[in-house]
Amino acid sequence: MRSHRARFLSLGAAACVAAALAAGCSSSGSSNTSSSSTPATTTKAPIVIGASLSLTGDFSADGVNFERGYELWASDVNAAGGLLGRQVKLIITNDASSPTQVVTNYDQLISTDHVDLTFGPFSSLLTTPASAVAARNGFAFIEGAGGAPSVFTTPANQSAHNVFDVSLPIEDEMVPFAQWVKSLPASQRPKTAAYPMAQDPFADPPVQLTQTTLQAAGIRTVYSKIFPAEVPDYTPAADNVASSGAQMVVLGSTDVPTVGAFMKAFEQQHYIPKIFIAAAGPDQGSAFTSAVGTGNASGIMVPNAWYPGAPNAQSQKMVSEYVAKYGGPASGIGADVAEAYSVGQVAAQAIKATGGTDNSKIISYLHSGVTLNSVQGPVKFDSLGRNLQATTFIFQWQNGKFVQVLPVGAAGSVNIVNPKPAWTS
Amino acid sequence: MTTKLLHAVVNGVLGGGVYALMAVGLTLIFGVLDIINIAQGIMVVLGAYLSYALSVHLHLDLFLGLLLTVPAMFVIGVVIQWAFIRPLRGRERTSMSLLACYAVAIIIEGILYWAFGPDYITLNASYVTSSVHVLGFYLPYIYLYGFAMAVALVVALYGLLYRTKFGRSVRATMQNQTAARLIGINVNRVAALTFGIGVAVTAAGGMVFGATSGGINPNSGYDLISRLLAVIILGGLGSIGGALAAAVFMLTAEAIVDIWYPTWSVAVFYAALVVVLMFRPQGLFGRQAARAQ
Repeated sequence: MRSHRARFLSLGAAACVAAALAAGCSSSGSSNTSSSSTPATTTKAPIVIGASLSLTGDFSADGVNFERGYELWASDVNAAGGLLGRQVKLIITNDASSPTQVVTNYDQLISTDHVDLTFGPFSSLLTTPASAVAARNGFAFIEGAGGAPSVFTTPANQSAHNVFDVSLPIEDEMVPFAQWVKSLPASQRPKTAAYPMAQDPFADPPVQLTQTTLQAAGIRTVYSKIFPAEVPDYTPAADNVASSGAQMVVLGSTDVPTVGAFMKAFEQQHYIPKIFIAAAGPDQGSAFTSAVGTGNASGIMVPNAWYPGAPNAQSQKMVSEYVAKYGGPASGIGADVAEAYSVGQVAAQAIKATGGTDNSKIISYLHSGVTLNSVQGPVKFDSLGRNLQATTFIFQWQNGKFVQVLPVGAAGSVNIVNPKPAWTS
Repeated sequence: MTTKLLHAVVNGVLGGGVYALMAVGLTLIFGVLDIINIAQGIMVVLGAYLSYALSVHLHLDLFLGLLLTVPAMFVIGVVIQWAFIRPLRGRERTSMSLLACYAVAIIIEGILYWAFGPDYITLNASYVTSSVHVLGFYLPYIYLYGFAMAVALVVALYGLLYRTKFGRSVRATMQNQTAARLIGINVNRVAALTFGIGVAVTAAGGMVFGATSGGINPNSGYDLISRLLAVIILGGLGSIGGALAAAVFMLTAEAIVDIWYPTWSVAVFYAALVVVLMFRPQGLFGRQAARAQ
């Protein structure tokens, strides 16, 4: 006869072991290999590119969008005859949104699958450890979703200089927003602001910079706290923001559910901030509006470098191809797709320029000061791989449309909706 | 500050109701089958998706839809027990059942991805975003209804366990499976029905979870399972009332800490578990050696 306690302990231990085992099985076991469906037009060996993406787990919505972006790019390249006469083959593995699994996946892609190049995963959280694996193996690490300052300042990147983020460095992404708020006439400028932030390297830096800027401009901070990321319930944190009565909310969010939870709690508390901007989530197209409702999305702002209606010929071509392949309206395409597609475009230009897939040559080329192009606009890297040419825009949902509103007067910017309309549920 | 504190306590109590709805099935299944159903998180998500499908395609009210989703989940639970759990025998049954449950979770997650895609969904109804003004703050109706449903379900499960012949069979099986067999109880049947009931009540938890969250997708169950396990361990493994009490206790502690130190709110959730287990290893309402066999 065993005691209840002993049985509980053995069950608990077994549960932990099984969960760990199962997580490992899931992550590596659900890996999949994909390549372009376009038939090969040459007998040359394909260029094999490996990437780990969050096809399940907390970042799965973004991960799937990234996968579509990579595959769309590979499909376009192969349809045009490949790169240097070689077809592109993608090997995409699933890291289940785990910073541990992503390391294993890149180790496997490089050591076992012998890929020629690696593309980045989704999120700064995963890019940081993944880029170290690439650095250790002498690989360039071109990525589109690792813009947190911590990604660039790792010892590995400071030594190998192998990270290249084709997207916007996130620290400055809310600068046009802060400048706009500062420029408002006193009668329209909010007097108080709340800065709730998820505990994530991506979410906090732009919000903290905005807080510093606006505090200096005389806007009083009534709430500024960091809450755990990826918890099932954000209601307590959101209720505390609502009870602060702040006229403006700058939310350091990582995904759609975080923003959705805050919006729902605000509505339940009959709290309507005059200005509401989130670091991430509202840029996810239909993934965002399907969760929060098109009406409630109105007035919500988000920083980014790309939107489906961007006046960029390459972008418009990609959008139409995406709609043809995956369906849905253009406004439903998340920015992840463009970020992934841009990774491919930058890699393609480097391969062509260097005449192959020698990673050391590619690293040197990308650090040469050359300006490349992408669906997100021009790309030029500094010594740590940040895109110096990326332009920050602020977008806003207006009556079901995702439109560019800031900087005021910039090409493509429309009038901003201010104050934010009431909740519509 | 008093209002904030009161609001946090009320939030914790009501949020505890939602967690109890999700956790009672887990503790019931453990009580009878001696297995930890780590597929409980995906069961919650499945319940939410079933409610979502009925709401969107048949325009059924979320609570009315439970009349369909609860029986459907009962059948799913019985089938899972029959196909995955019942065949497990011998000394490795407990550890193998964990893997079997995980396999179930992966299968259901895959089906949901296939059917609904990775985009987030929420359950909508007028009472999801509306609220009543009490004591200086607003209480969302969905939390009030969810809490009332949690209490009603706990009472109903107690009635089932302590006022029916089936309940006596369940309790006998919980105490000693061998003795239960000897007095003529069909333990396999009891196990299948209990698993079905445990999964069925999770349909209600899933519906409320889907309505209160900011968005769920087929992967959303994984963040839940560790918290649900903590709730049932704190409440006392196998104790239905304990699950409700523990959920309320932990969510209240979390909400209070959230006022000042939100970064630590999750840590407090588990710290409370550790502290209580130091003094009551059997949990708040578990009985020492009551289920030893």
